[in-house]
Amino acid sequence: MTRVVVLGAGIVGAACARELTAAGCAVTVVERARPAAATTAHGEGNILVSDKEPGPELELARLSLRLWPRLLEALPDPEAVEWEAKGGIVVATTPEGAAALRAFAAGQRAAGITAAELDAAAFADAEPHAVKDVAAAVHYPEDAQVQPAAAATALLGAAVRAGAVLRTGCEVTGAVTRKGRITGVRTTGGTVGADAVVNAAGPWSGEVAARLGVRLDVRPRRGEVLVTAPLPPTVFHKVYDADYVGAVGSGEAGLQASAVVESTRAGTVLIGSTRRRAGFNDRIRPGVLSVLAARALRLFPSLAGVPVMRAYGGFRPYVADHLPVIGPDPELAGLWHATGHEGAGIGLSAGTAAVLRDLMLGREPEIDAAPFRVDRPAVRPEGRAA
Amino acid sequence: MTRRVVVVGAGPAGLGAAAGALRAGAAVTLLDAAENPGGQYHRMLPGAFAAADPGRLHHGWRGFERLRDHVLGHARCDWWPESAVWAVERPDRGVPHVHVLRGEADGAGRARHVLVPDALVLAPGAHDRVLPFPGWELPGVHTAGAAQALVKGERLVIGDSVLIAGTGPFLLPVAASLLDAGAAVHGVLEANTASTVARGWGRRPWELPAESGKAGELAGYLGLLARRRVPYRTGRAVVEARGDGRVEEAVTARLRPDWSVVPGTERTIAVDALCVTHGFSPRLELPVAAGCALRDGAFTEVDADQRTSVPGVHAAGEITGIAGAQAARTEGLLAGWIAGGGAPDAPEAVRTRRSRDRARAFAARLAAAHPIGAAWPGWLRPETVVCRCEETTYGALLSAGGDPSRNSAHAVRLGTRAGLGPCQGRICGPTVAELLPDAGGNPHHRPVAQPIRLGELAQPPVENPIENTDRKESAR
Repeated sequence: MTRVVVLGAGIVGAACARELTAAGCAVTVVERARPAAATTAHGEGNILVSDKEPGPELELARLSLRLWPRLLEALPDPEAVEWEAKGGIVVATTPEGAAALRAFAAGQRAAGITAAELDAAAFADAEPHAVKDVAAAVHYPEDAQVQPAAAATALLGAAVRAGAVLRTGCEVTGAVTRKGRITGVRTTGGTVGADAVVNAAGPWSGEVAARLGVRLDVRPRRGEVLVTAPLPPTVFHKVYDADYVGAVGSGEAGLQASAVVESTRAGTVLIGSTRRRAGFNDRIRPGVLSVLAARALRLFPSLAGVPVMRAYGGFRPYVADHLPVIGPDPELAGLWHATGHEGAGIGLSAGTAAVLRDLMLGREPEIDAAPFRVDRPAVRPEGRAA
Repeated sequence: MTRRVVVVGAGPAGLGAAAGALRAGAAVTLLDAAENPGGQYHRMLPGAFAAADPGRLHHGWRGFERLRDHVLGHARCDWWPESAVWAVERPDRGVPHVHVLRGEADGAGRARHVLVPDALVLAPGAHDRVLPFPGWELPGVHTAGAAQALVKGERLVIGDSVLIAGTGPFLLPVAASLLDAGAAVHGVLEANTASTVARGWGRRPWELPAESGKAGELAGYLGLLARRRVPYRTGRAVVEARGDGRVEEAVTARLRPDWSVVPGTERTIAVDALCVTHGFSPRLELPVAAGCALRDGAFTEVDADQRTSVPGVHAAGEITGIAGAQAARTEGLLAGWIAGGGAPDAPEAVRTRRSRDRARAFAARLAAAHPIGAAWPGWLRPETVVCRCEETTYGALLSAGGDPSRNSAHAVRLGTRAGLGPCQGRICGPTVAELLPDAGGNPHHRPVAQPIRLGELAQPPVENPIENTDRKESAR
């Protein structure tokens, strides 16, 4: 039986552990802290196609969308995951924004995504509390949302029930290698032998790779979300301004903020989200929250009197070319990576785990995995040693 | 140039800090969320104290009034009432910035201000701590602090037939104000056994004379209870509240020293209100946001001069240890003196340290007399609500906490919603942390320290409000 060690018990590690256990591997999940406590717990739980341009990431998103319902079905308590196929509406407030949004949506439609333009009346009908004068609005019925920590812990629980071993409070410190092949990991809880090791450490996977002796250019990118007091139903879809697409696709280090407004099952409204590169600095900046609030009010001016109860921030695993990293490490046989999903890891975890499993078992993945390979310039720049 | 000290909180610690900083020559901006200075201490006065022993206790009140009048009337003090600190921001270098909302909490159009001090004194105080028990979420069950606030602030008595239960000296002034307001008080139940209480009080008896005023104050309350024939019982607690839609009866039981229930000692009493207190929880979100290290995860760590681990940030009062008004005031005086640039070895600093240490020793005695017994979770049932805002039950918490695949603090919180409601875990946070000690996470991490409306947040801050202090000074 193939022994696999998965490093990280966030959503990606949990999905990989579940998939590999189901495929017959003997899986050990090694988690530095606790399951779903870092990036996974600090996101909105996005399962989106609307923000992805046609290409490999959109294909991974579509694969994930096909897999999620099956994953949920197999869970003992699918309700706990709070899956909501609420759909997304992307709004442009300027003529230039409208033109860009229409062109973007047309490209997605050509790739097979449902993206229906709403006229003013239809938008007002779909989101009666939103701003009325929008330049364009496009509805993406396939967009969905989960409670991310619940999704990750449910997948992890499924893996554990199927035989996976979970080791929390256990931090990887180095690799055990033999003849150029990784044969285990050294951890603060002792050495764990392995035939294969999966690096699913999210924003910390660059650091984990370095400890294992290889280079991986995955960096933290900071994001913040505001949470309001519970409201009666006010926001019915995931509503965001078209700048969100630009923020996701941009490499600027400075602050980018575009509003994503949505409600949760508990009645709170989540307002995301910023993106800035600040290393692992976890200080929340009030000025950043202010920008976020101003952006949200452009979409929902009627929320001005609603109190913000809390804000949370987290780190997303950022790769310069905005594509996940899924595949074997060519420099160290037996080491695999499943990381770099930036803000899309919740949604993409299902497809990522399936692709990784197929690659590991020597099967043909459902989608082309070459764009996610490890030895591409954005992930492994030339001429820089580990 | 005049040193600028921002003091957050205008209870005994904050007023003391303002006075200390003013004495050191600094300009002070004193903030409090309330309309009047005094904090929780103010809410206890003067009625409750007058009821117990007007002569001596009004003396303490006059001391408070003198301090308040001195600070608020000082030319270098800028008093900001109704000013809520909603965030503390750590810049890359220098003292943290203080983000303030000014104006009535319920009113529209509070303005956003950012204060950039030379030194910051945090004195936000504490709020009531209440342990859960079956039925504690019923209407008619009040925290001691809330009952006090209703009686003092609105002359509202919580019921005609009241039982007061919990632990700590605060049970007594609450009983006094309820009696004063005309309620029938059935009794005061101290959960700790007589021997625990006596052992706590009996430690280091040579320290007592110095604080005899405080001890005498407590004795005064006990005398009042005796005169009004209100029994004060030790080793007994309310372990359940029952009622249809509101509290109608309380189940009391005898407790062992660890607060486990002695079987067969349960008694049922008809009441229309219950008043419960288990001490105080320090308000730690501001020191945590400022980056201050905590002591045992429970209080802000300070050195002998009230400095926190963050340069330029000082702490005083209950966030450094629950020690009451007298200790808070002296801690504040010292914190303000140092924050204002006063010399640590100046005679007033030496004197203040000495009286602070005496007050703290007295508080340590009280704490030893009124600990929280470790076996209290034995009162809970699976269906007992632990987080009142989100109605999370003990059973749901245990089941989440017992499953290694979902027992991180974050996953438990998101999965059970405990601590995610309007109070943001201020009430249930310490309880959840105690019930699930291994979950990790910091229950005091609240970057948004006070609710702020989206419209207020979206506004840019008012420019340079702290300049007002200089103008006020030069105008005189």
